[in-house]
Amino acid sequence: MRRGPSWFNLVSLTVGFAFLYLPIVLLVAWSFNASRLVTVWGGFSTKWYVALLSDQQLLDAAWVTLRVGLLSATVATVLGTLAAIALARGGRFRGHTLFSGMIYAPLVMPEVIMGLALLLLFVALRFDRGFWTVTLAHTTLTLSYVAVVVHSRLITFDRALEEAAQDLGATPARAFMSVTLPNIFPAVLAGWMLAFTLSLDDLVIASFASGPGATTLPMRIYSQVRLGVTPEINAVCTILIAIVATGVIIWSLAMKWRSAGAARQALA
Amino acid sequence: MSRPPTVKPPRSEAGRRLNIGAVRSSFAPWNDPDATPLVRFEGVTKRFGDQTAVRDVSLDIYPGEFFALLGPSGCGKTTLMRMLAGFESLDAGRITLAGEDLAGAPPHRRPVNMMFQSYALFPHMTVEQNIAFGLKQDGMDRKAIDARVAEMLALVKLEAFARRKPDQLSGGQKQRVALARAVARKPTMLLLDEPLGALDKKLREETQFELMDLQVQLGMTFLIVTHDQEEAMVMADRIAVMREGEIVQIGRPEEVYESPANRYVAAFLGDVNLFETTVEAIAHPMAHLTATETDAGFYVLDDDCPAAGATVWLAVRPEKMRISLDPPSADVKNVLAGEIWDIGYTGDWTNYIVELPGGTLVRVARANDRRVVERPIDWDDKVWVSFDPDAGVVLTS
Repeated sequence: MRRGPSWFNLVSLTVGFAFLYLPIVLLVAWSFNASRLVTVWGGFSTKWYVALLSDQQLLDAAWVTLRVGLLSATVATVLGTLAAIALARGGRFRGHTLFSGMIYAPLVMPEVIMGLALLLLFVALRFDRGFWTVTLAHTTLTLSYVAVVVHSRLITFDRALEEAAQDLGATPARAFMSVTLPNIFPAVLAGWMLAFTLSLDDLVIASFASGPGATTLPMRIYSQVRLGVTPEINAVCTILIAIVATGVIIWSLAMKWRSAGAARQALA
Repeated sequence: MSRPPTVKPPRSEAGRRLNIGAVRSSFAPWNDPDATPLVRFEGVTKRFGDQTAVRDVSLDIYPGEFFALLGPSGCGKTTLMRMLAGFESLDAGRITLAGEDLAGAPPHRRPVNMMFQSYALFPHMTVEQNIAFGLKQDGMDRKAIDARVAEMLALVKLEAFARRKPDQLSGGQKQRVALARAVARKPTMLLLDEPLGALDKKLREETQFELMDLQVQLGMTFLIVTHDQEEAMVMADRIAVMREGEIVQIGRPEEVYESPANRYVAAFLGDVNLFETTVEAIAHPMAHLTATETDAGFYVLDDDCPAAGATVWLAVRPEKMRISLDPPSADVKNVLAGEIWDIGYTGDWTNYIVELPGGTLVRVARANDRRVVERPIDWDDKVWVSFDPDAGVVLTS
């Protein structure tokens, strides 16, 4: 018996990963290029990272993006979770199918259309476009994603647990806080992270909803790239990749540690 | 067949057990006109869409009773229990607990607690946190909670498992945690939804006796929902047999088994042979019946038997029939000749299916009280089946 992957599997794996990660690896490599010319290797250097610290515009954009991401992800998580609860627990109220369809629709709606619609709304309401309109727009965009993630968890959650809590004297609200929420929390957190990431890299909707003084990082990067790719941009992107990768690694380690802890307890 | 627990309880407990038996057989508040029921269902009806789950049910349950709702799945027994717990609303009628109308009281304000079929243990809490949950909702102080939790853990013998999570427990242990959690708040009444359904047969039988002991020990009223007739008969003081949302009969286990109200109850509780017959004549205390299909004549006690000419059903339990290879003596009243069609051997019992002339099948059960039988009854043997006049019950519906 042969052990391990076959040649065919090995090749398809290599090609697949190359397809996914070659562009990223290239980008990271070029960010350490000493030369200003993007396609000419001039030796290893970290000077573009140092240069970043003095690029005030880029730093401002990063700060805006972070604030928009944190705020919109949090609001979207609260609203999305509430929507998911209404869908999963509200019973078969009138218009249930319509409501659930409408919750899912933004997932497949072209972002350009959503951005344009939001822009029209902000103009009609005479909102000054800036930080708050971007945050609002991102909340609208990501709310559906949170609702979908939390809803799929809620429908597999044993309803008897909530009933048991109420039976033992907890009000419906308390039963939710002390029994349902702790059990669906991983899904809520996953929804938050999804919302945060979506907000972090959104360019289309931000372009429509943003105004002076509220340029997000993707907008900044995009506008700079139009003038030519600089090693500085490569460096920014590498930092973004590092942040996301670190988050994912910490998350999976925490999950692994949790299940290992449970297994240890079971053996004890 | 049920066995007592394999480990005999210690002496003092054994004494208490005898006591329980004595208390149980004299316990009959439902016959006492002055007794006040703890729970009253009055004309309770529940509809789901155009389906009627519970139809005009009236039922009294008395303090200290172990009451069973028995019926096949979909008969409305669980709905009835959930209405008492407050998880379903009533479409008509009312439910009172200790004289108070429960209408409008949400589940968390009802002084009853429920043990769920799935146990519904909180997976993110330890055993002791699960048990303490209800006490915390009642605003008990920490010390009192700790004491009560310890007491409950001792009651269900799970002291060593206090800090385990539910997914680290066996099915039987989970069942006991669910029980401890449900009785921790000292509810006026404990509702048990198929409490033993997820346990294997041996454990189920042991747990039946544990539940009975526990009920007397706590002095609590138990309402159990089950589809398992043996479970209901072993544990309950009274059984309500349900069918399609209605209660068909209420009575002690031996009443519903030996004097079923109709063919449905007779067939649902255990096995029964039913003969469609016509009443020929009544000569008190005996009634003479003739089978519609075979013209066989039966002589049975005339209790509740309608007048001559009526069509009735004669119900005879398999274990109350005798089977022999030789014809019984001439003075035996009810004799049927037939041929062995099938034999089912279960160890303690053997079930014989006898085919009568005309094709009717009769089931006869015989206890295997000997290890070796000289001439065992075999397939295709010609046999005689007989029963005493008091073995059969005359049913009119």
